[in-house]
Amino acid sequence: MSTRCHVATRKGLFTLERGGSKWSISRASFLGDNCVNVMHDPRNGELMATLNHGHFGIKMHRSSDGGESWKEIATPKYPAMPEGYVPKVNPFSGKPVEWSLKMVWSLAPGGADEPGVVWCGTLPGGLFRSEDRGDSWELNRPLWDNPLREDWFGGGADLPGVHSICVDPREARRVTIGISCGGAWRTTDGGKTWLTPGPGMRAEYMPPEQQFEPNMQDPHMIVQCRSNPDVLWVQHHNGIFKSVDAAESWTEIKDVKPTAFGFGVAVHPKDANTAWFIPAVKDEKRYPMDGRVVVNRTRDGGKTFETLRNGLPQEHAYDLVYRHAFDIDETGDRLAFGSTTGSVWISENGGDSWQTVSLNLPPVYSVRFEKP
Amino acid sequence: MATVRFTRNIQRHVMCPTREVDGETLRDVLDEYFRSNEQARGYVLDDQGRIRQHMVIFIDGAQASDRDRLSDRVEPSAVVDVIQALSGGSNS
Repeated sequence: MSTRCHVATRKGLFTLERGGSKWSISRASFLGDNCVNVMHDPRNGELMATLNHGHFGIKMHRSSDGGESWKEIATPKYPAMPEGYVPKVNPFSGKPVEWSLKMVWSLAPGGADEPGVVWCGTLPGGLFRSEDRGDSWELNRPLWDNPLREDWFGGGADLPGVHSICVDPREARRVTIGISCGGAWRTTDGGKTWLTPGPGMRAEYMPPEQQFEPNMQDPHMIVQCRSNPDVLWVQHHNGIFKSVDAAESWTEIKDVKPTAFGFGVAVHPKDANTAWFIPAVKDEKRYPMDGRVVVNRTRDGGKTFETLRNGLPQEHAYDLVYRHAFDIDETGDRLAFGSTTGSVWISENGGDSWQTVSLNLPPVYSVRFEKP
Repeated sequence: MATVRFTRNIQRHVMCPTREVDGETLRDVLDEYFRSNEQARGYVLDDQGRIRQHMVIFIDGAQASDRDRLSDRVEPSAVVDVIQALSGGSNS
């Protein structure tokens, strides 16, 4: 059961530890710097964190001692644009598609049999792979060179980006990635070839004829069940979707109350039918319905949901939870999430009740348990 | 040789002491400086070798104009200042 959790925020990286029966902040790293994400690698215990220095760009750091000390490592670099290549003009922005690192949006360890392999999703629309724990990175060219990639467009951010990376625990060459906006792409050969997104997602925000176009979907976050990796859950801009065939197709879960909009999603590692969501008002306003922070849980594969609120603020609370700011530990009992207003809550009973860890952190971007 | 000076703010990330380096263009000068301080390159230039959006470089007090190719001429006695723009603070 996880007893440590890392919280990446706009003003640094904070480590939470469980002492006795309570969680508290035990360490601040990169204090004052904009820490946009953090990854714990269960294969070697290392941490990787991304900083956005604004003026000086994106920088990545790695810790081999649990966050006590950090070393700057390589940052993904887009290769030089080929001579004579003219980027397509994106119809949404009216500008040529970007070809330069703007943001590191997601990090994921490779498979248990791939020591040193780390995947990294970026803006604009890039997927990088390291085979040496982040000492070097290589852009996945088969995905980047796919002509459909130039049709992706920004969702939330101005540029399209890879936010979800699900490495199949049965076979690490099978990877599903989520793109806002570009749907859910899959590879079964470690990234040598990519399968275009499967059908089933629906984008209400598009014209009627294009609402089911798989390459125009905005999955906010995709998670994969560890014990049953054929099941993936998606918190989509347009609602909640689920796949039971390893992302080949998707089914919309309808009539979710109080709302099916949100960013974060967690799936129980041992029970594919149990998943959690943090609903918010759709979609330009983005705050908890009626100012009440709640978590929605289904235990029957999405047929029904129960709204969990014990320990969460139920009056004038306007916390929004970003897509990477919600995590579950390896047992499925412990969940943690952090908000744009600097609150962090942890549950140790599958969401039945929540403990407040802090109400005063900077805006939270990413929450990650240390998992064995 | 041109004198290259860096903003104080970069020093907490990567030490960039003032140095005198050879070069006829801004690209030459910076390449020569970064040859012995590769880590600093990514703090000033982006992954395509352009001046970062929120960085500014002055050559003898005049702002470098070719931010992509860095073709601005640098005289042998020039002073090159690498500083932060006032923009770019929206992440703080």
